[in-house]
Amino acid sequence: MQFSGRRKKLIGSSQNDLYDHCLQFYGQPPLENISLTEFETFAVERLKLLKTVENLGVSYVKNSEHYVKKLEAEFSNLNFPLKTELGDRKVQGGTSEYEKRRKDHISHFILRLAYCQTEDLRRWFIQQEMDLFRYRFGDLTSKHKTDFLHKNNLKYETVSAEEKKSLKDKLITSSYGLSGITVEEYDFYKVPFQDALDLVRTRKVYLLAGNAYIPHHEIVTIVLNDFRTRLSKALAMTARSLPTVQSDERLQPLLSHLSHAYVGQDYSIQKNIGKISLEQIDALSGKSFPLCMRHLHKALRENHHLRHGGRMQYGLFLKGIGLTLEQALQFWRSEFVKGKVDADKFDKAYAYSVRHMFGKEGKRTDYTPYSCMKVILSNPPSQGDYHGCPFRHSDPELLKQNLQNYKVSPSGINQILELVKGMHYQLACQKYFELTHNVEDAGFSLNHPNQYFTESQKLLDGGREIKKEVDMSQRSQENPANMTRPSQANSKQAHEEMGDLDSFFQDE
Amino acid sequence: MSTSDYDPACLPDLLPIYYRRLFFPFSQYYRWLSYGGVSKNYFQNREFSFTLKDDIYVRYQSFTSQNELENEMQKMVPNKIDIGAVYSHRPSQHNAVKSGTFQALEKELVFDIDMTDYDDVRCCCSAADICSKCWTLMNIAIRILDRALREDFGFHHLLWVYLGRRGVHCWVCDDAARKLSVAARSAVAEYLSLVKGGEETVRKVVLSDPIHPFIKLPLFLLVILSVVERYFQQYTIVDQDILGSKESVDKVLALLPEDIKKDLAVSYKDEKDPMKQWDQLCDLVERKKSNSRKGGQYFDKEIMLQYCYPRLDVNVSKGVNHLLKSPFSVHPKTGRISVPIDLKELNTFDPFEVPTISLICEELERPRADEAEEDDKKDKENEQEAGERHRIRDYKRTSLAKYVKVFDWFLEAMARSRKGEMLKKSDLQMDF
Repeated sequence: MQFSGRRKKLIGSSQNDLYDHCLQFYGQPPLENISLTEFETFAVERLKLLKTVENLGVSYVKNSEHYVKKLEAEFSNLNFPLKTELGDRKVQGGTSEYEKRRKDHISHFILRLAYCQTEDLRRWFIQQEMDLFRYRFGDLTSKHKTDFLHKNNLKYETVSAEEKKSLKDKLITSSYGLSGITVEEYDFYKVPFQDALDLVRTRKVYLLAGNAYIPHHEIVTIVLNDFRTRLSKALAMTARSLPTVQSDERLQPLLSHLSHAYVGQDYSIQKNIGKISLEQIDALSGKSFPLCMRHLHKALRENHHLRHGGRMQYGLFLKGIGLTLEQALQFWRSEFVKGKVDADKFDKAYAYSVRHMFGKEGKRTDYTPYSCMKVILSNPPSQGDYHGCPFRHSDPELLKQNLQNYKVSPSGINQILELVKGMHYQLACQKYFELTHNVEDAGFSLNHPNQYFTESQKLLDGGREIKKEVDMSQRSQENPANMTRPSQANSKQAHEEMGDLDSFFQDE
Repeated sequence: MSTSDYDPACLPDLLPIYYRRLFFPFSQYYRWLSYGGVSKNYFQNREFSFTLKDDIYVRYQSFTSQNELENEMQKMVPNKIDIGAVYSHRPSQHNAVKSGTFQALEKELVFDIDMTDYDDVRCCCSAADICSKCWTLMNIAIRILDRALREDFGFHHLLWVYLGRRGVHCWVCDDAARKLSVAARSAVAEYLSLVKGGEETVRKVVLSDPIHPFIKLPLFLLVILSVVERYFQQYTIVDQDILGSKESVDKVLALLPEDIKKDLAVSYKDEKDPMKQWDQLCDLVERKKSNSRKGGQYFDKEIMLQYCYPRLDVNVSKGVNHLLKSPFSVHPKTGRISVPIDLKELNTFDPFEVPTISLICEELERPRADEAEEDDKKDKENEQEAGERHRIRDYKRTSLAKYVKVFDWFLEAMARSRKGEMLKKSDLQMDF
């Protein structure tokens, strides 16, 4: 993607050709001139959209009714294109469909600049853009889907009528939600299983000899894979041409604001290093640890051992609350030695991985403590594991028992279980915070176990020092709109905009 | 007795014999990992890791030839050998490579089944122990996974290896398998996973779909259930006796909804025959299903799967650079060799008959019954002790022979398939 291309004028093609479909693969970068104001506005609005996508994705099942409704609302609010035809009646005084599509196009490419620089940023950007694309593609009519596929040269092999017939029963029983009639009517596509991983993973499709037989309406997953591959390659290329962009001093500050706004507080730089002593940990686990870490600590004390997943999740958390490497080594060793591991073996086998966590071995990456999103969504626990998010991964009955043991009130437990049923795991944890700290309102939006700890300590100690650090980090997490719209510099505005986001978390 | 009283303390004395006197099938091993020499430097860029005595662990070992592999292994005498990925450069030189360019490119798709993962559903043993009763779980696991990998995913070249104590590995060696991405490996592993959840989860298998309750069970599940059902009665009801004690019955009941639980508690007061108890359970589930407006509920099938279905460690299968224990390693605690399993004889495979290193060393010392075969001409690497030179050093005289044969068949099948591919290609290109 040529940055200098931005300066070229749009030659020739009529407006209609450029944006003749409401959805696109973002294959071609925009070639027109654009004002700095538009540059900023577009970028910020798309970022808002993507952050909504991220938050909704954790609070709701993707593409469920609530999810779709809320996403659609955000779309219109931010003036992004919906599924209407280009020539449709323009809403009085509103933005034309063409303008919305142009915004969609340009804003995507601007964010590529901001999010191509590191692996983490790229991964985040690709994930949200994919979720967004999946929602938009799923929303298209059948005809529009086919149009899209043809326009983008997506080739796939159709299954012949004879083969379909011979496999009919199997296709019906293996493909999700299909009847005999639909099998006959619809096209099926034979795709190597590597291109249909989402469908394979969830067993929603018939597999034979390494091929997945995809019914027409499921083609979105194939398209998504394609989308991901293309975007991934494009981002890598963009990263290479980034130095040119960064040298433009008008753009550089905005781009770095955008990417930092996403990352927010990741607890990779520990404040309060060495301020926690090992003796305090038992007490702290009951008072200030989120439930997941409390469980892990308990399991460690009881079994004198934790498996790898638990060691990582808990170990990094401890690093985040301020344990030094020496303390961590002492902590783990003293516990493991009480179990089946002698000091020698600990030093050989486990000490390496503790040092690894602190960035003193191997790649020397300083690993960051896991956010709630990561704990909830990746590496689910299996037999013998104690990691994960108890609100997500525990049986409700067992969760209830545990909460009872921790003396949570019955009504409080019910509230928590309701939230769990609605899949609002982070809200459930927040409720746990509120109940154990005896406050009505936690006063923060939970998305990181170390945040839980910091907030808890803040509440319990009321220490001015800690409070100041938290305030400063909160400000850096605030909506980028606050930073880049010079006309709205006051914090009240920012608070309202944060409020907007919070309303998504409230139950109807 | 196969074990010949293996004593872990003897391992350091036995290992050199194992590696030097052609127990370790070096030429087959090299043949395997070269994959016909189709890709240049495939063997040379493969990472191995060794665990030496005193638990010293060395990674990024690589070798340029079979000879070098033999020499190094005989020199270092590793307690344990792991196989890693094929990298972009020679692993032993990875420090010299510009950072970021040294990458894992390919590796076999692997699966690890460990008996300890079933501890919550077996009462005969726990932790590192196994017995002939719970071995059935491995039998079931191998059958189900082997079928799925071949028929659903189209893989042909699977090497199943018994690890010597409580687990088995599956190495899927097809070309396509070795080229799979991390995402693809993870998807295959998830496709094959039905038992989910850790300590905190009671009900680990859920078959009904809350969003589409009236959906029938998919084909994949029907096929699996037909395998599991063959074993369930004998293995679970009789051998594991899951309805035999109050404690184990409670565990089963915990997987059922309240109303069925109540009804069963009543009928179990009178009916004590576990087979009939199981039938009653199934009847009640069936009745509830047909009466229910909520559609398909498969509690009985879920129970069967929870007690029998293979439990994989997804993390082992996901990573392209994951290091996995090599076939023909020696298990340090039991002394057993990690041997390939012949699936044609799976029903009669007995883990307790797998030879230990002490046994095969002892067998080698026994006087020869007949004249040796002459294919020892490849023998270059020999100990120079007087009198030894004329002895035939041949694993074929030991219990290890039949397992190496399984490995030979596996390699021959891959060779045939490679030849077939080349013929197809040259036909297409019309080369002669």
